[in-house]
Amino acid sequence: MSGTPPIVTFQNVVKRYGDGPVVLDRVSFDAAPGDFISLIGPSGCGKSTLLRLIAGLSPVTGGDLAVDGRTPEDAATELSFVFQEPTLLPWLTVAHNIEVAQQLRGVPAAARAAARARAIDLVRLTGRGSAYPRQLSGGQKMRVSLARALTLEPKILLLDEPFGALDEMTREHLNEELLDIREKQAWTAFFVTHSVAEAVFLSNRILVMSVNPGRIHREVRVDLPYPRTGATRLSRPYHDLVAAVSGLLRSVENP
Amino acid sequence: MRRPLLNILLPLAIGVLVVALWYAVRYALTEDLKFLLPTPDEIWAALLANSESLGRATLNTTKGALLGFGFAVVVSFGLALLLSLSSLIRASLYPYLMILQMMPIIVIAPILVLWVGAGLNSVVVITFLICFFPLVVNTTQGLISTDRNLVELFRMYRATKWQETFRLRVPAALPYFFTGLRIAAVLAPIGALVGDYTAGSSAGDGGGLGFQAIIYSSQAKYSALFATAAVTCVLGFVFAAAVHILSWLMLAKWHDSYHRSDT
Ligand SMILES: Nc1ncnc2c1ncn2[C@@H]1O[C@H](COP(=O)(O)OP(=O)(O)O)[C@@H](O)[C@H]1O
Ligand SMILES: [Mg+2]
Repeated sequence: MSGTPPIVTFQNVVKRYGDGPVVLDRVSFDAAPGDFISLIGPSGCGKSTLLRLIAGLSPVTGGDLAVDGRTPEDAATELSFVFQEPTLLPWLTVAHNIEVAQQLRGVPAAARAAARARAIDLVRLTGRGSAYPRQLSGGQKMRVSLARALTLEPKILLLDEPFGALDEMTREHLNEELLDIREKQAWTAFFVTHSVAEAVFLSNRILVMSVNPGRIHREVRVDLPYPRTGATRLSRPYHDLVAAVSGLLRSVENP
Repeated sequence: MRRPLLNILLPLAIGVLVVALWYAVRYALTEDLKFLLPTPDEIWAALLANSESLGRATLNTTKGALLGFGFAVVVSFGLALLLSLSSLIRASLYPYLMILQMMPIIVIAPILVLWVGAGLNSVVVITFLICFFPLVVNTTQGLISTDRNLVELFRMYRATKWQETFRLRVPAALPYFFTGLRIAAVLAPIGALVGDYTAGSSAGDGGGLGFQAIIYSSQAKYSALFATAAVTCVLGFVFAAAVHILSWLMLAKWHDSYHRSDT
């Protein structure tokens, strides 16, 4: 990986909203292509803001931010998002919901259909294309939301607490599926979560953030080999990492 | 739906009870007062006896109601789109919409007759005025009530204003639009009738149900008046049913209002 240039570069990035307080203070790190980076920290430490900066939805106040070698605004087409809410259009079927992101980007119908078919298989909703969102469970809705993001075959996937509202079992299933998909589609992920276990299971890097102002307190490398499975959760190194990150999180929450 | 028999029998029983009461009151009336309450069979007979004039009047009123309703739907939709653009526009225009709604039809009818002529033209304008307000208020409310998360999603994918409006806000407003449409559908035949009563004319098409009601009352044809009322009810019912069916077609598959668990 040492030869490839980073896909996202933060250099002393500072963010304030208007005249408000400093939300992000001198944030610096590089993301290599294929990184799965989790952001974890107290609420209000600027995790969502950091994703919004990458997405070019809000300008940086100071420092430099490059995405795919360009400004975030220019690189916007390389990105997809998944939110905590499934944000499905209730009047559209699953299949049409999955196509929405591409429609908004002006992808022609034939290409849309092919990408939709691939995405629907990836998230294991084959055969559910004609269902309406109200007929789906919370986990299935989240899969549709994920499929919609994947149809764009993004270089970067931004996920803001995507499984936060789901029960533990469903969440673990979806974590495993997300890693499966990652084997087939090479994107770089920025994943916001409140669950240390989830962060350790998914990521190769965890950024633990502190609040007031939001800073990167510590980076933890997760050297567990991919592919990770249910067995990973039973391994000793996994538990040690969960304990270590939990300790770090406690220290930033009660300094 | 758990007690289908009761669901049918109860309304039927109430209907029988009302009709029985009707006949009872009628037979209790002294002979010189019996004309005040014709029985259902007398009303039916009057309906048949006046089928020609009633049929023509029904057709004219339906035409007026449909045209006024149709214009109201189209114009209110356009105005709702405009109103949904900003709260400043809404604050500036709402007072005038209220005034429009407050205008007493009976007073403006003679003015309308001067402006657009008596008969169908006036009937259409009056129906329009009566249907317009509930449509524009509900549709506007729908257009500005779009789920914020969905708006955010569209902004994130850099949707154009056009895409945000027609792929998101308009479909999301459909349930509200249909609420307005249901109210307007019930008002439309009444509006046409009132319009016809206050600004109708026998010239040209021969007038509608409202005009016919004036003629029957001047001729003391009370059974025919009751028949006119019955026809108007049926017309209102047909309008309401048509909108309910349309609403069902558009919303039943996805909207929660059609899937509330019955208590
Ligand atoms: N659009 C905004 N305008 C002003 N302040 C904001 C805005 N978005 C977030 N903030 C503030 O920035 C801080 C970080 O918010 P956020 O990035 O949502 O944190 P997190 O996702 O880590 O909980 C909070 O104090 C929040 O109030
Ligand atoms: Mg957040």
